[in-house]
Amino acid sequence: MAAKISYDEVEVGTELPAQTFPVTRATLVQYAGASGDFNPIHWNEKFAVEVGLPDVIAHGMFTMAEAIRVVTDWTGDPAAVVEYGVRFTKPVVVPNDDKGAAVEVSAKVAAKLDDRRVRVDITAMSAGQKVLGMSRAVVELA
Amino acid sequence: MALDQSFVGRTYPPTPAYEVGREKIREFAEAIGDANPAYTDTEAAKALGHPDVIAPPTFVFAITFKAAGAVIEDPQLGLDYSRVVHGDQKFAYTRPVRAGDRLSVTSTIEAVKSLAGNDIVDIRGEVHDASGEHVVTAWTKLVSRAPEGA
Repeated sequence: MAAKISYDEVEVGTELPAQTFPVTRATLVQYAGASGDFNPIHWNEKFAVEVGLPDVIAHGMFTMAEAIRVVTDWTGDPAAVVEYGVRFTKPVVVPNDDKGAAVEVSAKVAAKLDDRRVRVDITAMSAGQKVLGMSRAVVELA
Repeated sequence: MALDQSFVGRTYPPTPAYEVGREKIREFAEAIGDANPAYTDTEAAKALGHPDVIAPPTFVFAITFKAAGAVIEDPQLGLDYSRVVHGDQKFAYTRPVRAGDRLSVTSTIEAVKSLAGNDIVDIRGEVHDASGEHVVTAWTKLVSRAPEGA
């Protein structure tokens, strides 16, 4: 494990560089194939509407995968992440157009723990709504 | 339908080993648009101290969720999977998953609850490598929504 950020350099409130991740229908088809999650709510509009959703929605695990990138891009070594948890609060709705949707992710150091570890709280928004709740990672820094 | 509380603590047999392929890791990293070289370039992974390319943090979910199928499809538990949504997900890592790993998952039902007509099941998946060392634990909360009008 070789995080490029030093524990001594960060404080409670230190903000990680925010990022925005685009999501189109093509993204979801690719993620379905790579993850093996072929639930039709992630690619079939007719099916999604029939089960009460507004439209096709992104895989929760896709959103979870994007949100932690703000942390792994910050540390350089993804192995710095020793714990990561989220609550799926709202779906990311992905319309069938050129733009699709966007997941905006920001994060900040919320606590300094023992053993050169910090707790990072992550915020993920799409279309003005918080899509992940209780989204936290424990990260071991250099 | 309220689920049977006696299932709390039930552990299912370890799954047959899943072999982690480097091209599967690459495919996953590309699908999430993540160009971190630790996922695709062995030399870059080694420079960080890893013996081979590693997988993104959430990669292992595909393996633990498949293992959780034993719980979800257990007819005695009686979960209505057509109404299931993913509530929470958490991982705790001893080390990252890497190419060449042969991973086995042992699933345990940690909690079974009924809240406002929703059935809630918490499943813990312990992931071990071929030498029996712990790699990661995944906690998955599944919520089976109450049928309309119930």
